[in-house]
Amino acid sequence: MPNYAYIALIPLLPLAGFVVLGLFGRRCFRHFSGLIGTGLVLVSTALALWVAYQYFFGTGHTALAFRSHPLIMLKADWLPFSPHLSIDLSAIIDPISVMMIAVVSFISLMVHIFSLGYMKGEERFATYYAFLGLFTFSMLGLVLSGNLFETYIFWELVGCSSFLLIGYYYERPTAVAAAKKAFIVTRFADLGFLVGILILSFQAKTLDFNMLIVQLLDPRLPHTTFLGISLLSWGLFLIFIGGAGKSAMFPLHIWLPDAMEGPTPVSALIHAATMVVAGVYLVARLYVLYGSDPGVLQIVLYVGAFSALLAAIIACTQTDIKRVLAYSTMSQIGYMMFALGSYGYTASIFHLFTHAFFKALLFLCAGVIIHQVQSNEIKGMGGLRKTMPLTHVCFLVACLAIAGIPPFSGFFSKEDILLAAYQANKLVYLLGLFTSGLTAFYMFRLYFSIFWNKPSERHPHKMPLVESIPLVILALGAAFAGFIPFSRLMNPDGAPEATHGISGMAIAPVALALLGIGIAAYLYGKESDRPAKVVAAVRGFYTFAYHKFYIDEVYSFITKKIIFNLIGRPAAWIDRNIVDGLMNLLAAVTARISAGIKGFQSGKVQDYALYFFAGIAGLTVLFIYIYT
Amino acid sequence: MSQVPLSHILIVSTALFFIGMYGLFTRRNMITMLMSVELLLNSVNINFVAFNKYLYPDKLEGVFFTLFIIAIAAAEAAVTIAIIINLYRNFHSIDVEATGEMKF
Repeated sequence: MPNYAYIALIPLLPLAGFVVLGLFGRRCFRHFSGLIGTGLVLVSTALALWVAYQYFFGTGHTALAFRSHPLIMLKADWLPFSPHLSIDLSAIIDPISVMMIAVVSFISLMVHIFSLGYMKGEERFATYYAFLGLFTFSMLGLVLSGNLFETYIFWELVGCSSFLLIGYYYERPTAVAAAKKAFIVTRFADLGFLVGILILSFQAKTLDFNMLIVQLLDPRLPHTTFLGISLLSWGLFLIFIGGAGKSAMFPLHIWLPDAMEGPTPVSALIHAATMVVAGVYLVARLYVLYGSDPGVLQIVLYVGAFSALLAAIIACTQTDIKRVLAYSTMSQIGYMMFALGSYGYTASIFHLFTHAFFKALLFLCAGVIIHQVQSNEIKGMGGLRKTMPLTHVCFLVACLAIAGIPPFSGFFSKEDILLAAYQANKLVYLLGLFTSGLTAFYMFRLYFSIFWNKPSERHPHKMPLVESIPLVILALGAAFAGFIPFSRLMNPDGAPEATHGISGMAIAPVALALLGIGIAAYLYGKESDRPAKVVAAVRGFYTFAYHKFYIDEVYSFITKKIIFNLIGRPAAWIDRNIVDGLMNLLAAVTARISAGIKGFQSGKVQDYALYFFAGIAGLTVLFIYIYT
Repeated sequence: MSQVPLSHILIVSTALFFIGMYGLFTRRNMITMLMSVELLLNSVNINFVAFNKYLYPDKLEGVFFTLFIIAIAAAEAAVTIAIIINLYRNFHSIDVEATGEMKF
């Protein structure tokens, strides 16, 4: 068995970066802080890739049995409650966690490098890198943790660093509001996660993932029900709520579009490639349990499919480049979710993997474009293909990948997902198919509006090397990641899955994608009034979708009108009158008594002596009275 | 020569005690107050010696107690005089009324 002890360094190096940069960054090395953070992440990426290589290709072929069950590395008791129930700090090594550390550290490295150029000259440059380090640490810890509660700890840390980075431009009120919204919505969902953890650990009497799964699948487990549904299903459902909050699934998706207030590389890292897939990862981590519970899996299936469709429709109407990408992220995560719901574990993880590349690439390209035109609105863009040729090519590659055009990476993973959905549920398959057409349409709407639409001028924009290198690497990943033989490497039970492709399955999605691209090219290829005509034809629905189906308004109605009035105000009244009143009463009584007796402290020594002798005399009298 | 009865000695020591107490409460001069405290201590000393001699003539504890109290009284007088000197430096008076600043 190879020694993976150095795996602890992978999350700890970014943590070291966070501590050093957070404490001394702004004072001691203002300009080198980026290099320090990047260097640390570079080392941890190299280690992660080395672990992945060792795991999948070094030992994997020779010893399949070794892969058939997850390995627990570096287990340390941290908070033991009873011999079985303890919160350990451990690192778990199985195909999905190894794949995740490779992806997370790699994307994080790309974003670190990109930010060297993108965030240059920022006032709080060192703080930015410190936060990035904190995020990378917590995300790596999240995917490595071998204990359900440890996952929860890192889960919250991830949420916290996401909050810090969304609110990075804290002098902008919208950024502050967005950070608060993201934090509150995900925190609200995490409550479900926590209750789910408590239920599952109460049932299984353990928090360790491996033990938990074994215990909960034990048929001798007492079958407890609550409201007619088994406790296990409740636990899994509540944990899924936590995952849905983090992964921006309907109806908890409202924070993700607003989270785009953060710096663009942060959106690429956190709100596209890594953190938002944590929900998918969580369901995948407990997949054996979810697989044993068809009811909850149905919920996962429909929530995923509905979110994918809803987000795709909204994305077609938005005009802010980052918001379009945010809704696209939500839609793609919906894909991953419904793939999980239709027993397409490998397909879902595969899509997670390829999505990380092309979505990070899209966001980084968007960052370059936003810097160039100084605006997020695609209406002001157009004709940029000659001005920024490299960005143009990269963006095109990413769009083709997300649209699922062969041979780009998205094609393979989306094919797998649709195949799984086809075998599980025809309705969801059709939804997925339609969504994939929509995806192609809105991505190419973005592409044509940005790069064509207007006559192009030939003034190549100079891009620093630190920005172009990540773009090129990610573009290569987005183009070729699909050729990785993923199904051989990844499976819930460790055994390689036989790919049973149905020939001809690929025709429908690709044809729809091409159709979507064609419509987008027709509408947005040249400046014309065609889009306006289409909008006029479906005005009502367009307005409805443009306002994101008024979900935000519904939420603010519920919170401001109902919750604040019915719960908030009475609670405030009780707090102000009863709780505060009790405290004030106590203070008033104390003040009154002390005012009464403070005359005794006269400052005269002889008075004190008199009290003293009076006391002694009193005691003497008392003793005489008692003992005689 | 007949022995002085114990009660006489106790009357003397009690008288001394209350004289000391009277002085402690009525005098405003700190040195006089210190002297009154010494009277209190000495009345206690007399009690110790008298009880030792009349009740347990073959023992010496009372006498030793007295010796300790005398030693402590000397130390206490030294400390008190140091305090009085410091007070005098601050208030230019050794009148106890003048130092009544530490009140509420």
